[in-house]
Amino acid sequence: MALLELKSISKHFGAIQALNSVSFSIAPGEVVGLMGDNGAGKSTLVKIISGIYHPSSGELRYEDKAISIPNPGAARALGIETVHQDLALANNLTATANIFLGRELKHKFGPLRLLRHNAMRARANELFNELKSETRADDLVKDMSGGQRQAVAIARTRLADAKLILMDEPTAAISVRQVAEVLGLIHRLRDAGIAVMLISHRMPDVFTACDRVVVMRRGSKVADKPIADSSPEEVTALITGAKEAA
Amino acid sequence: MASGNDFATGFTNVGRTRFWQRGFLATQSAYVLAALIVLIFIMSLLSENFLTAGNISNITRNFSFIAVATLGMTLVIITGGIDLSVGSTMALSATITALVMGGLVAAGFTPFPGATMILAILAGLGTGFAVGLFNGFAIAKLKLAPFVTTLGTLSIVRGLTYVATYGRGAYPSGPDKDFFIAVTAGRLFDLVPVSFLYLLVAAVAMYVALHHTAWGRHVFAIGGNEAAGRLTGVNVDRVKIQVYVLSGLAAAFNGIIISGWLGSAPANLAQAYELTIIAAAVIGGANLAGGVGGAAGAIIGCVLIEVIRNGLVLARVDPYWQQTLVGCIIVAAVLVDRVRSARSG
Repeated sequence: MALLELKSISKHFGAIQALNSVSFSIAPGEVVGLMGDNGAGKSTLVKIISGIYHPSSGELRYEDKAISIPNPGAARALGIETVHQDLALANNLTATANIFLGRELKHKFGPLRLLRHNAMRARANELFNELKSETRADDLVKDMSGGQRQAVAIARTRLADAKLILMDEPTAAISVRQVAEVLGLIHRLRDAGIAVMLISHRMPDVFTACDRVVVMRRGSKVADKPIADSSPEEVTALITGAKEAA
Repeated sequence: MASGNDFATGFTNVGRTRFWQRGFLATQSAYVLAALIVLIFIMSLLSENFLTAGNISNITRNFSFIAVATLGMTLVIITGGIDLSVGSTMALSATITALVMGGLVAAGFTPFPGATMILAILAGLGTGFAVGLFNGFAIAKLKLAPFVTTLGTLSIVRGLTYVATYGRGAYPSGPDKDFFIAVTAGRLFDLVPVSFLYLLVAAVAMYVALHHTAWGRHVFAIGGNEAAGRLTGVNVDRVKIQVYVLSGLAAAFNGIIISGWLGSAPANLAQAYELTIIAAAVIGGANLAGGVGGAAGAIIGCVLIEVIRNGLVLARVDPYWQQTLVGCIIVAAVLVDRVRSARSG
């Protein structure tokens, strides 16, 4: 059974056709790599699944039900979490504040809803331990390294019981060792039955971490096949258009 | 691939941040507070009247006149916005309050003692609410630049103030006039200005809202990275409208207080106060780039400006030096912050 299914999703911005009838599905615990050149429509696709854009036409099905995702909150309510390309962190807030942004834990105190600082900090530390990151919950994001920021962005996806995690270029700005960590994390997510969609420019990441690769070119899907049946050379040819489809 | 189990160990280069590098002591507000204490010390040497109970009471009253509006301005600045319309809002709200009070009396509507005053103050606050709502809607929903929008409302609202009174201003009047003056410009035990008590309540409420509610987190998040706020499901537009409404309400509140103290609401009331208020917010540590600021800093900024004004008068220094000195302090405050953040990398 597919966890998420896209049927003939199209999206245009004015005269620009960003996505042209894209269909594919992802199963629970599956790791799918999404590749394509700049402007191929990868980020548009991610933003549709995470509730930021709305498709111009086409159908989204989630756990065998037709759904619409009106906003990022709705995506999270469904169990779809996103690590955005720019990580979407507020530099002036602590790691904890960023992780809980938009879903803070609160005490009811008469008419007031006050933040549960200690509970949130404890949970954040727990998440960083799980991720084996040295990030400290009370540090401001602006004082953090690229890898620590990455950890904060990823920790945020682990807050609720996600079923699908979208990672938009999670390894673009971090060190080699941290890349290995992120890929290791993806494997752990898969083992826990969580589906992961990895959007990446880096061929080795996709071939290390993914079960299947989807290649986009100019808004259309040109390939969708198991990693074992493909090769970096073929994917490169598909991305650039040297090979039309596979 | 690294197994990851040994990953958490071996970060000996990651030390604890020292106590002066975090919390309140690491903020610009703390440096300005230190400067304020030094300044108070100097002023007390320059003039023996400076630290008398009467003068401290006067200083307290005077900074309270702009401090509530500065709290509102600080909220707006934290979200990365600016509200230039506060001075005009103070004037229009004070004018509306005076007009409504007079109008109700003229219409013979005085059901119980205090009624005209309460309705008049509500009308004044409603005016500030409406101006704030207009600003917030234009900025959050129509995506207009805060500077330009509120520059527009500065002019619109000041113009309305002149229109409403033919430029002559208005006066609180009627049976509740003395009551009105007591609740706006009175002093508790003949010493503590009531305006200062209102300020304390407002400041504590703002502190709790900023640091202990999700709303406060969202205010800071919008100033730090508005796009991140949107992506994580923060209702950015609503929070923005709310901060402009609060800024309008705070300005209205201070305008009404000032009119009670003056006993009138001249059409040019609080002219150019927006600049003093922004200066106070910035001196107190609010960052015009957004994401930084607080209630304590706003008040410290207001106190500093008033201490300079008051102290220079008492020390018989040419009052024209005030503006120059306040300007120097603005630059010095941001400079110190700049040097400090450059050093900590």
